[in-house]
Amino acid sequence: MREITFGAAVNEAMAEEMRLDESIIILGEDVAEAGTPFKVLSGLVEEFGTERVIDTPISEPGFTGIAVGAAMTGLRPIVDLMFGDFLFLIMDQLCNQAAKTHYMSGGKLSVPMVLRTNMGATRRSAAQHSQSLQALVAHIPGLKVAMPSSAYEAKGLMKTAIRDNNPVVIFEDKLMYNDKAEVPEEEYLINFGEANILRSGTDITLIATSSMVQQAEMAANTLADQNISAEVIDPRTISPLDETTLINSVKKTSHAIVIDEGHQNYGITAEIAARISEKAFYYLDAPVQRLGAMDVPVPFSPVLEDLTVPTAQQIHERVVMVLEGKI
Amino acid sequence: MSNNKDNKNSYLQMFRQMVRIRAFEEQANQLYLSAKMPGLTHMYVGQEAVAVGICEALTPNDKITSTHRGHGHCVAKGADFKQMFCELLGKQEGYCRGKGGSMHIADQANGNLGANAIVGGSAGIATGAALTAKRMGKKEVSVCFFGDGALGQGLLYETMNMAALWKLPVIYACENNLYGEYTKVEEMAAGDLMARAKGFGIQSFEVDGQDVLAVNNLTQELVERARKGDGPFFILLNTYRYHGHHVGDINREYYRSKEEEQLWREERDPITNFSQLLVDKKISTSEELKSIELQIEKDAEEAVNYALNAAWPDASEVNMHVFASN
Repeated sequence: MREITFGAAVNEAMAEEMRLDESIIILGEDVAEAGTPFKVLSGLVEEFGTERVIDTPISEPGFTGIAVGAAMTGLRPIVDLMFGDFLFLIMDQLCNQAAKTHYMSGGKLSVPMVLRTNMGATRRSAAQHSQSLQALVAHIPGLKVAMPSSAYEAKGLMKTAIRDNNPVVIFEDKLMYNDKAEVPEEEYLINFGEANILRSGTDITLIATSSMVQQAEMAANTLADQNISAEVIDPRTISPLDETTLINSVKKTSHAIVIDEGHQNYGITAEIAARISEKAFYYLDAPVQRLGAMDVPVPFSPVLEDLTVPTAQQIHERVVMVLEGKI
Repeated sequence: MSNNKDNKNSYLQMFRQMVRIRAFEEQANQLYLSAKMPGLTHMYVGQEAVAVGICEALTPNDKITSTHRGHGHCVAKGADFKQMFCELLGKQEGYCRGKGGSMHIADQANGNLGANAIVGGSAGIATGAALTAKRMGKKEVSVCFFGDGALGQGLLYETMNMAALWKLPVIYACENNLYGEYTKVEEMAAGDLMARAKGFGIQSFEVDGQDVLAVNNLTQELVERARKGDGPFFILLNTYRYHGHHVGDINREYYRSKEEEQLWREERDPITNFSQLLVDKKISTSEELKSIELQIEKDAEEAVNYALNAAWPDASEVNMHVFASN
């Protein structure tokens, strides 16, 4: 099968959907000729024109709000938020307006829009261009949140997001844009709320999101050398969350570690660990462990920044500690 | 200009709609005072000529976005009393099945995209609706209602900038009722209110918001121009809220005088003055107008009684409509 990059997969998903549905537009900073700083949208304006691929001023709340209104009245906007850190700028429009409109109107109005943004540290971009803020939006009822972990996932989840009748936030790890994976030429979608078991195992369940899936798989490989069988699961969407698949896996392995690049405090890892404790407590042989980003603003200095993000080695070490009863 | 018969009909329609707003608000206030309404509400009384003058220049397909002080916009855009009162009381038959309440009534069938409890929060929505109209080649216009308080919100300026860049068919209707919550506008807004939108190259107009004909004539002209692609526009409507910021804001003398309130009520009331004009110009008689008022008051009372006796939402509603189905 052909291999394409994560960025190309996102681009393909948007282009395919835009060919099918005239109501889809893209709004954001430097989305047209520039194709975004990461070049993920390159070529789209040439195909779809500036009427559908719309460069906006640097006004994140403004263009997000405009997308909400456009979505309420018949368009299906894809909002491009250049950095996930800018979520703090648009919280009212995303969380007070987009997320609540369907409910507050008793189901009369809906907001079919996609907000694609990014996450991920270790790009030496410091504290305001490196955050992974998925927990902030996953906390809000009315928003769906997808976290693709490969080019294949990115394409399938983006296409599903565009077709969804609700506001969907997609977090892409900006360090993965050039990562290649097998992506079929023919069309496919990936359903929300269906976790992917990447690797079957019997000793421990590793639940990981986005780029942490790669780290978990690397750890599973080194663990296999020590005859430890780790099951690796990617939830794909954290809202909705495929709780059943996660719980069933933990019931089988009796051990679990949750890995996500957001801050550990009150984060995605906390939520998933709590659900495991609520629903699989009597199957557990050790406390559920969490590995999130350190609870510090992301530092600039490479030697410091690298300390803040979970790694395959940390996962490996934590698995060994859990299985040896050292926690 | 339309002929006299059309004028009579449209004048009486404007009168009727203003009276409907006032009758609605009078009942809503009573519901609060008699502790029959959950929560608080913000009265539109005094500002009726703004909502009616503007909405009578729109078609049901034209969109509006409204504010926390939004009952007037909702009535003026064609909403029904019963469903509105049901919403105010949190009943199943409300416009939003009781899930929105006073500050979130939406009536999409009449083009009302909803009231918004975040000051200035709907500037993006109204502008986005105008983007849809332009993109889809519909000749629809959207009106963003907001108060002077929203002039402090950055979102408004971001969206005005984009509306001007993209020539969107949106009218920004700023209702200056002189107070943002409990503070005078001049203490909160520096410089010239009209200069704000002009700074983006948006044609701006100031009008007496107590004069329904002046508001309606101006809006008709701007709506027609916006449909042709001449938008966006900004209108500053000078008006006054008779009640406090919300129904519970009873003692107001620390921020405005009773004399000032009396002046607006007695000399600048949009309904009284329009009634006088209708009689003076022999478009109607005081008897006819009185009978219209009485009928509307009766309708409002009946609608309140209907809503008071209407069913609460079933408990199963609580987690319904969090997400739209696919």
